[in-house]
Amino acid sequence: MDPSKELELIKKQVEEIKEGSQNKLSMVVFSGDLDKLLAAFIIATGAVAMGMEVVMFFTFWATPALRDKKKKAKGKDIFGKMFGFMLPKGTGKVKLGKMHMAGMGTGMMKYLMKKKNVASLDEMVSLAAELGVKVFICEMSMSLMGFKPEEMIDYPGVEFVGVASFLAEAGNSKIQLFI
Amino acid sequence: MSEEIKIDVKMDLKGLACPMPVVKVSQQIKKMKVGEVIEAETTDPGAHADFPAWAKSSGNELVKIVKEEKSAKFIIKKLK
Repeated sequence: MDPSKELELIKKQVEEIKEGSQNKLSMVVFSGDLDKLLAAFIIATGAVAMGMEVVMFFTFWATPALRDKKKKAKGKDIFGKMFGFMLPKGTGKVKLGKMHMAGMGTGMMKYLMKKKNVASLDEMVSLAAELGVKVFICEMSMSLMGFKPEEMIDYPGVEFVGVASFLAEAGNSKIQLFI
Repeated sequence: MSEEIKIDVKMDLKGLACPMPVVKVSQQIKKMKVGEVIEAETTDPGAHADFPAWAKSSGNELVKIVKEEKSAKFIIKKLK
């Protein structure tokens, strides 16, 4: 191949690589632990501050944290009702992954967070919404646990999606995390 | 004597913990013009490492850090 053609080809490939990796952070939020959810939101809001686009994909145990404590959904079957009852309803009810100790550890952590002026999980969710962090909720996890879209929080632009939507976002992200 | 830097916006972020100082400054800087200077005062110890990292990746200039007794002032110039 003659050098000028080769150079053209390399230029094209570099262009594709550049396009392929945008200044974006994609996160799978799997855990329903207070500590991990907090970390996820701190990283997400921090990334927006760094000028990145952020997508959070909530799946499995992380989905109950995004339920609105004031909302109710009708027409659930017995398993849906049971899951709904047993799983935390909203950001206020999630527990620490370690040291929950029948509520003592989590209570202590919340007290210390307030004292040291660390934003609560609830505040972090509103901040993320304000900053334009995208939230995707796994459709399959929701149907598995019997959650309905009408009982989830009012988050701007929230989408109920499948794995392909997440992978499409993750594929062109600079950073991908699983929390 | 170093020349005085003209400060356009002062922010009091004392008492706020991570990630607030960086988030608040990045929100404020969006509203400002290129070349304007912001002074953010914070008590967050993590800010000493965070603002240089933030400035580098967001393309702004951390002009100076002024250490006070209990806080620090970060002087940042908007570059783009």
